[in-house]
Amino acid sequence: MTVAVKFSGVSRHFGKVRAVDNVDLDIAEGEFFAMLGPSGSGKTTCLRLIAGFERPTAGTIEVFGQNMGDVPPYKREINTVFQDYALFPHLNVIDNVAYGLMIAGQSKSVRQKAADDALEMVALGGYGLRKPSELSGGQRQRVALARAIINKPKVLLLDEPLGALDLKLREQMQEELKVLQKQLGITFVFVTHDQGEALSMADRVAVFNEGGIAQIATPHELYLHPQTPFVADFVGSSNVLPAPFVKKIVGASYPASLRPEAIQISSQGHAGVVRSVNFLGSATRLSVQLDAVTLTVLCPLSDSVPNIGETIYLSWESADMHVMEGVNV
Amino acid sequence: MHSDRAPFGLKIAAIAGLAFMHLPLLLIFVYAFTTEDKSYQWPPPGLTLEWFAVTWAREDVWEALSLSVKVASISTVIALILGTLCAAAISRTRFFGREAVSLMVILPIALPGIITGISLRSAFNLADIPFSFWTIVLGHATFCVVVVYNNAVARFRRVSGSLVEASMDLGANSFQTFRHVILPNIATALLAGGMLAFALSFDEVIVTTFTAGQQQTLPIWMLEELVRPRQRPVTNVVAMIVVMVTFLPILGAYYLTRGTDSVAGQGK
Repeated sequence: MTVAVKFSGVSRHFGKVRAVDNVDLDIAEGEFFAMLGPSGSGKTTCLRLIAGFERPTAGTIEVFGQNMGDVPPYKREINTVFQDYALFPHLNVIDNVAYGLMIAGQSKSVRQKAADDALEMVALGGYGLRKPSELSGGQRQRVALARAIINKPKVLLLDEPLGALDLKLREQMQEELKVLQKQLGITFVFVTHDQGEALSMADRVAVFNEGGIAQIATPHELYLHPQTPFVADFVGSSNVLPAPFVKKIVGASYPASLRPEAIQISSQGHAGVVRSVNFLGSATRLSVQLDAVTLTVLCPLSDSVPNIGETIYLSWESADMHVMEGVNV
Repeated sequence: MHSDRAPFGLKIAAIAGLAFMHLPLLLIFVYAFTTEDKSYQWPPPGLTLEWFAVTWAREDVWEALSLSVKVASISTVIALILGTLCAAAISRTRFFGREAVSLMVILPIALPGIITGISLRSAFNLADIPFSFWTIVLGHATFCVVVVYNNAVARFRRVSGSLVEASMDLGANSFQTFRHVILPNIATALLAGGMLAFALSFDEVIVTTFTAGQQQTLPIWMLEELVRPRQRPVTNVVAMIVVMVTFLPILGAYYLTRGTDSVAGQGK
């Protein structure tokens, strides 16, 4: 495995704010890597560190083995799709897409051909002469993508690229991005605060919290075996069972995570009072209080839905309860 | 019922106000064609075009005009360079004392010209700099920079910062980024600022009287002419030219900065 991007003890502090604090990270060549976290968790700063817009306060960043310490953004073989797209308003679509080639000194005909191909790739053939202001949000997003891949970067950075799109378009673009990434074979580093997006698109996900990485794992692993209560809660809103509660069941004094869909309503088990009922379409979400613990339960459409205030019994397989043994209580 | 039409009285007042400001200008224009050359007599006893020929033949008019054009051009160029750099620094970076610097840049245009003039004159004297063409240019540059700065800083704020990063990201160094991204986006603001600066410099009197040596810029030449009556309508012919030379750039600046309210590079 070739390492595309390597962080060794990287920190970026802004005054007293530790935006990124002592991060170690390996991103493999050809990987679709997601950086997931709430706003202010340091994921965007990490992306800007890779692009070169920020310099680390401490630590080193290597891209394909080369130390990036003194390399300015314009000398890095890395391109970015910006959150606000950052299309040049004074240039038409063709000139926007071909900007990198123009700077590299390519001839007009080469630029035209490459830009046409890139636009074709993002399904925007024939839009070349329009100005960015004449395009819809989704179209601008595609232009930004075409502009970033035309230079054939070694690493493509995407900063919440789908955030401004509506749900339907977002799901479509998620599919297209995945296909495009396989087709190009470029390493993608994707920043998002949407856990569903990260889980569905990425090969591996780094979950950021307060400037550090809480866990790096495949989506599957992350969902089933979260290592900290934060990850369990942030990735798919899992129930986090406090240590005293877990101790009563399995004897070990650690917190544990429990997926809402793993909990069944049955005739015996843990007694609890239904506090709220929300119809979601494919299921009904219940909030059930068991003494000091409140659990989220998904009740399938086929089951009868209990009423608020009713006492029900919950049970689950002990294998579904994931004890987070690495966490200090 | 509420009406969109202004009341009759208000219309009259508006027209009277505009007439009060602009009719005297017409008077100046009319005197440029009068046959009476000793005093301003109304109505003019006769009309003639001979003063245009007389003005054309006068060496001193040409000297003053060319000096004014040179001073205005060079002051404008200096203002364009310094004003743009200053606007870029103020709008792109954060540093200690940024607000103070911003205020100090704008101050010369708020200060009465006579204070700028006196202080520059004392400073030049103290530094033993002889009054020359260049001292006039320096004097004018102090307020020309402000005009360019004000125009440029407003536009810089509207050019999204990620455009610069996008350009760098795509391989452009600072110079290429300025040439291909920043300049096209601020060009009209610079043109407008430059034109205003030129117009301001071209008819400046007060600072010039304090910073000029023996040279006469056009406005100063006109003042001199008024106290020494000789071929009076020549002054009026020159006045017409000054009005036209300053009016055109201001009109141009107005049209260039119209309809640029949207923020460049921020659309989603």
